[in-house]
Amino acid sequence: MTTAAHPSAPLTVPAARGGCPFDPPPAYEQARDEQALSRVQLWDGSTCWMVTRHADIRSVLRDQRFSADASRPGFPFLSAGRRALTTDLPTFIRMDDPAHARLRRMLTADFMIRKVAAMRPAVQAVADDLLDRMTAGPGRTADLVAEFALPLPSVVICLLLGVPYAEHAFFQECSSTMLRTDAPPEEVSGAQKRLLDFLTGLARAKRSAPDDDIISRLVAQGELDDEEIASMGRLLLVAGHETTANMTSLSVLAMLREPAQAERLRQAARQDAEGDGTALDTAVEELLRYLTVVHSGLSRVAVEDVEVGGTLVRAGEGVLCMLGTGNRDEAAFPDGDQLDLERPGARRHLAFGFGVHQCLGQPLARLELRVALPAVLDRLPGLRLAVPFEDLRFRHEMAVYGLHELPVAW
Amino acid sequence: MRVNVDQDRCCGSGMCVLTAPGVFDQRDTDGIVVLLAERPPEDAWRDVRDAESGCPSQAIEVTEE
Repeated sequence: MTTAAHPSAPLTVPAARGGCPFDPPPAYEQARDEQALSRVQLWDGSTCWMVTRHADIRSVLRDQRFSADASRPGFPFLSAGRRALTTDLPTFIRMDDPAHARLRRMLTADFMIRKVAAMRPAVQAVADDLLDRMTAGPGRTADLVAEFALPLPSVVICLLLGVPYAEHAFFQECSSTMLRTDAPPEEVSGAQKRLLDFLTGLARAKRSAPDDDIISRLVAQGELDDEEIASMGRLLLVAGHETTANMTSLSVLAMLREPAQAERLRQAARQDAEGDGTALDTAVEELLRYLTVVHSGLSRVAVEDVEVGGTLVRAGEGVLCMLGTGNRDEAAFPDGDQLDLERPGARRHLAFGFGVHQCLGQPLARLELRVALPAVLDRLPGLRLAVPFEDLRFRHEMAVYGLHELPVAW
Repeated sequence: MRVNVDQDRCCGSGMCVLTAPGVFDQRDTDGIVVLLAERPPEDAWRDVRDAESGCPSQAIEVTEE
């Protein structure tokens, strides 16, 4: 075991991406190929460890000696805004067990495989309806993000939570501000506060008029007060929005860039319609691996001295797990930089994180992608970019990577 | 092969159900893992080992006996 020397000029996080906007920043990839752990510098001048290899990320994220509690000294924040978000009312993603498990288990039944699978017709209906509207007018161009990729998961999570979709302009704006890593902390806190107030009001209203949704059920359970329910609802609403939306738009863009892969996806969708969804499952897992929208690193802090990949991380030191480089690690995924929709073992990706905090909504995300991608390819066989590729605006400054807009023509 | 699950450790991710659906299920009330086959048939062994290594909370233990 060695204790790595601290380089004189550590790598700064977040780093810029390189030529291919689908690939992780070259600086992270270089760090991964050179050494297991690297010292990196954060926005406030503090330093922490960056974990970039698949096996090391898995070992950190499932090790309870690494805490997700942001109130612990040494916890690495990715921006001033991220720090501001966690100081108010922490959600269970910023707690350790047993507090984390207690709260998470109030929601696990809603996202279990069987229940989510039963939502397929409803999700399909939402997707079909959005594409009907998008293609109804005389024009043959649209922004696929605004017209399809974002509203699809938004309508679905609103249905589940019991949030009126009519308010979507308001909460999407809050959600988007909260995910900006370049926004002033007051702005980020303000957006969170407005969203929490809105959801607290909703929880209060459901006390007198309950419905068949998650917020009503949490109210009826009687274990949480309205503010705590709002906090949980905020987490689900934000997490349910931006992740699938960006996976959908980036996946469609990847298909437009690689027509052979698009053809594979179409074939997988045909097999799925005939009752064999295996190929479509594999394709979706590969897109999750290749694109890894949660690109800014998962934060943990060591509560004891722990050795990771031969390096000693001392108690009180922060670590950032870079899911994107882990998902391109050649040791786990040969030819990892290639998109291969038939890749065996693609499901071992880390796009949903790992450990007890692994994404609760992953069955829903998978279902939405399995419905959304075939729907787009099927309805719009002549789909193409409406602007030059170079003009697309990627979400470098957001905690969830993706596209601000995806102008398409058909 | 013998499979053991620890319901206290389970975080309800459902990865095991996705990986080895004949061997694992989730409890309706809280999505926590339910073991369907303590001694799964040989043709499921590979998936069960994948489910063990893919379980985010290390709630699945496989012993060869």
